[in-house]
Amino acid sequence: MSYPSDFRYAKSHEWVKPDGKSATIGITNYAQESLGDIVFVDLPKVGSEITAGKSFGSVESVKAVSDLYAPVSGTVTAVNDELAKSPENINKDAHGAWMLKLDAKNPEELKSLLSAADYEKFVAEEGGH
Amino acid sequence: MSAVETTSPTLRKTALNAVHRQMGAKMVDFNGWEMPVEYPSAGGILAEHNAVRTGVGIFDVSHMGDIRLQGPQALNAVQHISMNDAARLAIGQAQYSALLYPQGTFVDDVIVHRLGDDEYLLVINAGTREKDFSWVRDNTREFDCKVENLSDDFTQIAIQGPRAVDLLQRLTNANLAAIKFYWVTSGTVCGLKEILIARTGYTAEDGFEIYIPADEQTSAMVWNKILEAGKEFGALPCGLGARNTLRLEGKLPLYGHEISDTINVWEAGLDRFCKMEKSEFIGCEALEKAKAAGLKRTLVGLEMVERGIARDGYKVLDDGGREIGYVTSGSYAPFLKKNIALAYVRPEFSNIGSTVKVEIRGQGVKAQVVPTPFYKRPKK
Repeated sequence: MSYPSDFRYAKSHEWVKPDGKSATIGITNYAQESLGDIVFVDLPKVGSEITAGKSFGSVESVKAVSDLYAPVSGTVTAVNDELAKSPENINKDAHGAWMLKLDAKNPEELKSLLSAADYEKFVAEEGGH
Repeated sequence: MSAVETTSPTLRKTALNAVHRQMGAKMVDFNGWEMPVEYPSAGGILAEHNAVRTGVGIFDVSHMGDIRLQGPQALNAVQHISMNDAARLAIGQAQYSALLYPQGTFVDDVIVHRLGDDEYLLVINAGTREKDFSWVRDNTREFDCKVENLSDDFTQIAIQGPRAVDLLQRLTNANLAAIKFYWVTSGTVCGLKEILIARTGYTAEDGFEIYIPADEQTSAMVWNKILEAGKEFGALPCGLGARNTLRLEGKLPLYGHEISDTINVWEAGLDRFCKMEKSEFIGCEALEKAKAAGLKRTLVGLEMVERGIARDGYKVLDDGGREIGYVTSGSYAPFLKKNIALAYVRPEFSNIGSTVKVEIRGQGVKAQVVPTPFYKRPKK
């Protein structure tokens, strides 16, 4: 599975697709593989503020609950409501099944995130031990 | 997303460990055992669960333990240490039962198989193997019977689901149609003679558990032959993840969750497996008193009404937000496609239809008390 090169990646396994001031957020393919079958997603409402590094929601597989951490800060402008009904879309296409769109507060935050190549290296090490 | 669990090298392994790894199973620590939780390449938990409900699934359950009691007073010994009435067992019959502490709480739940005139086999849980064996040995000293820990002698494979009988029949000369649920026989399986075949399981489905020699080569041979023969029935290898959701849908208790050393038989709702009228057994006096005193909490089934999954340990609240109990097991139910849970609540909240709340990440999420088991297999 390839990691899109126009995305930035958090070590907590979320991706961001920047587009001017707007940013789209989801979880990575590595994340969905580690979780297994995803059966529940809890996301914030449009208008909520999320803060980089803080939990903005959760994703649950049959076995486990995992917090979602905001890779960047901003105001939620759109939520992918389809995931409430079909959380398995994340398993099918993690990089297509976006969770939130944000009005990003501080584009500088993107710089602290990993590039596709660095993220791939990072998960290869994490998965290897 | 937060980190994923990994396993430590000190864990115990079953004889099929290498086979699971070869199949790409995700391995986890289960009560000190490194066990497959799911086989992502074969389908994952949801597919595994539904294979057992609609077809057949294969589980390595060799982490379960086995204790044999044999001798002129084996029955007296079994009667003394377990709550069900083993005197009712014909040779070749099995029963669900439990070992109790003098307080009427659980040492473990067990399946008691009567293998011969004076021979009984107790199948016990992985996490309680050593504790159970010591308990049985220490509490049967006054009886003329030999107590042996056979836990390491067997690889135990469970073949579960409506097609389990068709699959296993391909590999054995035993007439499986003649074995009723909770009966046991022995026969040739995959060319191995005198293999114990029990029509038992932990999935709320029809199925079998077979006990084969624990060496790696034999274990792998049998496992692979079962999977090979299972292809035409859509058999999947299944891990502990599916085992847990299957048993939850069927309201089968799990030690450390619905039953434990602080929960008694009445609270757990296992009355029908506890025969107070039989001869004395450890725990019966305390249970008499507990019955007279009345229940302080009782096990109920919950179905989430609002969005959310109740998980083990979450608080159960009343409408006013007061704590009235806790969740013992909770999950998305893959076959029923609902979010369900088992919980201990105060008896006044246990009526079917009662509305309660489960505290999920600080929020009270509405749930309803529903009839259990959540899933009952269709009668043939």
